[in-house]
Amino acid sequence: MTTTDTTTGTGVPGEEDAHQWTARVRHSAESAFPPDQLLPDRQPAYLTSWVYVFGILTVTTLAWVIVTGCILALMGPNWWHVSTTGHFVNSLHLWSVEAFFFFLVIHLWAKFFMAAWRGKRRLTWVTGVVSFVVSIAAAFTGYLTQQNFDSQWISTQAKDGINATGAGAFWNVLNFGQMLMWHIVLLPIAVAIIAALHVLLVRRRGIVPPFADSHEQGTAPSPTADVRDAPA
Amino acid sequence: MSARKAGRRFNPDRDVDEWRGAYFPYDIIKEAVVALVAMAILIVLLAVVFSSPDDPAVTLKRWSAVDPVDFAQTAITELDGTSGTATYGPPYNNTADAAQHIGFFEPAQWFGVHQPIDTAQDFVIGPLRRLPNQPRIHAALDRYEAASSSQQGNWNAAYEKAVANAKDVGGRLVVPAGPYGPVGAIIGSLTSMAQTGGLDGTLLSEGQFYNTDYTKPLLFIADGQYLAQLAQAQHLQGTQWGMMNETGNYPGQAWLWLYTMWYQVAPMNTSSNADLEVWVIMMVLTLALIFLPFIPFLRSIPRWTRVYRLIWRRHYHALAQPALSASPGS
Repeated sequence: MTTTDTTTGTGVPGEEDAHQWTARVRHSAESAFPPDQLLPDRQPAYLTSWVYVFGILTVTTLAWVIVTGCILALMGPNWWHVSTTGHFVNSLHLWSVEAFFFFLVIHLWAKFFMAAWRGKRRLTWVTGVVSFVVSIAAAFTGYLTQQNFDSQWISTQAKDGINATGAGAFWNVLNFGQMLMWHIVLLPIAVAIIAALHVLLVRRRGIVPPFADSHEQGTAPSPTADVRDAPA
Repeated sequence: MSARKAGRRFNPDRDVDEWRGAYFPYDIIKEAVVALVAMAILIVLLAVVFSSPDDPAVTLKRWSAVDPVDFAQTAITELDGTSGTATYGPPYNNTADAAQHIGFFEPAQWFGVHQPIDTAQDFVIGPLRRLPNQPRIHAALDRYEAASSSQQGNWNAAYEKAVANAKDVGGRLVVPAGPYGPVGAIIGSLTSMAQTGGLDGTLLSEGQFYNTDYTKPLLFIADGQYLAQLAQAQHLQGTQWGMMNETGNYPGQAWLWLYTMWYQVAPMNTSSNADLEVWVIMMVLTLALIFLPFIPFLRSIPRWTRVYRLIWRRHYHALAQPALSASPGS
């Protein structure tokens, strides 16, 4: 069997494959995320503050939230109430969630004070905040599905807020089964997808540079080296 | 399209100077692995030292055994239709003017009743009807349901008056005598049924073997005072910033601090529409946070506050000392 290489050798589809969805998607992905941009081994010299650590700490604690949640899911929702091991895994899950939000909030504030949306990074900011909001919903449904006094109290109080918006007609916080499905399937998928998109955008756009001294008063810098967003 | 081609003025809150300075080696994979291991150690330490709370759930059995008077006082409000659930409005029933609103904005009313609950039938009469071999109870129910609504109202009112002075005698409900007809037998039987644990299963099962919807038992329990008293002791009430608290001394959903705060301030702290008002405020603020990069003035705050100079202090320090700064490009 013989094969024919119809690419140009750079990932760009050749004329014969130009109609192929697969070839076009691959080309777009390679253009958007060249390997040295996706996994860079160099960073700009201004990346020296410890506050940058909170981004990776947020991602890694999210990983532990997912891992510990998966172990709880393996054994079922009752396990942690009747097993010492299960209770310990639940404790790991709880503290990874607390750590995740602690680091996420610091990361968010830091990015706010860096105005990290500058230079075509607005979508990076938007996905970051949306992942924060969806994470709150994911954590909230976790509290609802603990199957203990805490979840009874939280659900019976939270219903008033949800019902007042009209969402309670379809999203019943007193329905354990519905909330469990949201907590272990729908919301984790949403968080994972949005967080992954956020990280990819960070890699694509890079870390936002500092304000130039000349910008602090809103004056224009050298006109040859700026990166500006498309009109809002 | 470049900015100059587009003819847009450089905006320091939106645009940046492309970095043309030095780069340095940075092992991003090593950083991720170290962070993953460090976080594992931190989380294991926290779990070992602090564990996690797990206060047992309140059951109708436990509530009726610990506080049969509160249970009976709640049960009569379910029967006469004056409980919190009975008068809730959407999505449970069609109680007029019950849905929260801000002027004409009344979203709960738009979607109507989606989890219909008739508290008299669902919480009291229905469960007692399902008790087998109980002719005395069924006779009391027959008499009650055959009576006119005004007669039922008189019996209910008389029982409410009597049960206000009821006593818990060794876990047994003792209600002063009064002209409350069959209602005494109905509520007394329901209390006994709850004390055996039968009401928990009946409210949950709904005629099915499998069920994961706790809406009815939770609403019944929440209509009483017992659950609220337990929450008060655990500093979980709304007035105690309870939304961000956890049972015991554990950290709860601290990230809900802003949401909780609005319930503490006027006019929400006394408003009957507080939940809707707080949700509207939070939705506006959330949208503002999401779209902050597009909002003039708000997106300038970082530049005005100059906190970034602390974050990038080494960079600015290097700029101030050109001789020590790194060579450009790499």
